[in-house]
Amino acid sequence: MLNLTREQLLNGAVVSTLLVLSALALFLDEPFYITLVTKVTILAMAGVGLNLALGLGGMVSFGHAAFFGIGGYVTGILASHALNEELLFTAFGFAVFGTTNMLFIWLFAVLISALAAALIGYFSLRTQGVYFIMITLAFAQMIYYFSIAWPAYGGEDGLSIYQRNQFFSINTLDPLSFFAICFSLLLAVIFLVSRLKNSHFGNALQAARQNEQRLAAVGIRPFGIKLTAFVISAMITALAGALFADLNRFVSPGMFSWHTSGEIMIFVLLGGVGRLFGPVIGAGLFILFEYYLGGVTEHWMLFLGVMLLTVVLFARGGIVGVLAGEVKHD
Amino acid sequence: MTTTLIFEQLLNGLQFSMMLFLMSAGLTLIFGVMGLINLAHGVLYMVGAFACALIAGISGSFWLGLIASLVVAAMAGAIIEVGVIRRLYQRDHLDQVLATYALILIFSEATRWLFGAFPLYLDVPELLSKPISLFGFFDYSSYRLFIILIGVLVAVGLYLLISKTRLGMQIRAGESDREMIAALGVDIRTLYTLVFALGAGLAGLAGALLGAIQSVEVGMGDSVLILAFVVVVIGGIGSIKGAFIGALLVGIVDTMGRFLLPYLLSLVLPAESAASIGGALSSVAIYLLMAVILVVKPKGLVPAHA
Repeated sequence: MLNLTREQLLNGAVVSTLLVLSALALFLDEPFYITLVTKVTILAMAGVGLNLALGLGGMVSFGHAAFFGIGGYVTGILASHALNEELLFTAFGFAVFGTTNMLFIWLFAVLISALAAALIGYFSLRTQGVYFIMITLAFAQMIYYFSIAWPAYGGEDGLSIYQRNQFFSINTLDPLSFFAICFSLLLAVIFLVSRLKNSHFGNALQAARQNEQRLAAVGIRPFGIKLTAFVISAMITALAGALFADLNRFVSPGMFSWHTSGEIMIFVLLGGVGRLFGPVIGAGLFILFEYYLGGVTEHWMLFLGVMLLTVVLFARGGIVGVLAGEVKHD
Repeated sequence: MTTTLIFEQLLNGLQFSMMLFLMSAGLTLIFGVMGLINLAHGVLYMVGAFACALIAGISGSFWLGLIASLVVAAMAGAIIEVGVIRRLYQRDHLDQVLATYALILIFSEATRWLFGAFPLYLDVPELLSKPISLFGFFDYSSYRLFIILIGVLVAVGLYLLISKTRLGMQIRAGESDREMIAALGVDIRTLYTLVFALGAGLAGLAGALLGAIQSVEVGMGDSVLILAFVVVVIGGIGSIKGAFIGALLVGIVDTMGRFLLPYLLSLVLPAESAASIGGALSSVAIYLLMAVILVVKPKGLVPAHA
């Protein structure tokens, strides 16, 4: 007999809901709904990334839009160079053009954001508390204003990607195929995070959140652990950004704006901080609000605000916390 | 490149600094006394500007509008504090960030609902509409000089309030030991509401003053809020003196950077790339400044509890 906790049952229900919704949309011949579910999947992945830093590591990053945007812009820049056959750069005698192969794009998105996160994290993690929140915000703002002021890739107008990038021989323009790609990646990322959470590294990270001095006393330097977690967290969010760019076939400085950071944080909080599937539920609720309430009133943000405030004040632990109870320690 | 031009830009920077100071003084007080990160501070800036535009529109007097901005924003601040903020003092920073972010959504949408998406009209008062001659050799906007004056007056006023009055003594005591001052019989709840309302009123005043030279619209507080945070963090959270120094640094570096960088680069680079690189660099200059200061002094220039 399987012995599942309430949270595991809930996680199963969340995964099935996404699958059933996309199947239902296919059956009803409503590709738009598949796109909506894809959007939830991608935004959830951005949240899963932040949740690693925020939930497990206690690093309240108000600048994850930076990594989401880097993922997006890497996609946009590589694709635009490939499509216009413009030289990107020359290295070791090789002329490098862009690429429209998703695998390469993801690789670059993840690597470049890892570099950025290592740099940002290295400086930010010297500070604590409010200062950490503000310095991560400042770094994201720096990239945001830079993306607006730098005219080479569209500046304020953003950059269009005329074709969706390629993934082997799959027709990525087919909504269901693209959803399948995103959904598989989301599950893979969540699996990775769950393995990390229960590893030695994950234990050390959670110990760093709870008490840095004790962690240092047993001989583990908190700084390295936290920086590593921050970088992995950024890489996941950047992968989501790359997929988001392909979903919309458009990137703009808006991806870097502090509202994006705020929204990614909302996904995490609505679902439940530190919960594995929390961001999926949070992103799902957010999109549900945006589309259904947005269809009824253009002032849906007002109601989103009220819901968010209610969750923060009265439902600590988010939706997962309400439905599945306190975190079980095993 | 004339000296008048440089002088004019310096004064513009000073005016920008004083506006930033009005915003960040409240922010830093609220953090220092209550330990709260208040993202909704930009909303109060917007509320002040709308109150001023509305009252000035009805009464025809900018000055009545200015008073209204102070009063309405302070009242809005008091209401927010009693209704929501009070429950957040014991929470961690994440909850504070999200709850006050929710307040931004609520207030911005409600304002858009009430006033529509178009900017409101607010004009510089008649009395200050003409430039005045400075030192006999160049003309400068008298309204901008007025903003600088208000900023200096508020700075002096706050200094006197904090260091010379009974309320100021309680505020300082509240910063250093919350439990002790409550135990000594000071009504800490009212004190918190007062401090929050004071900060809110100053933000509203800043919004009204700037509303007359920029536009009064929903979302006007967003960019100012982030800049005010930069100021507060540079100065050291909780320190009014730090906020004043930070505001001067940020205001002048930003204004002069936008003006000087493209010019300096054009001396060594072709005109087109000088303009784009200069523009990109100057727009990130203050964030770079903040990052450098935090790396060197992780608690800001003037740490409050040094």
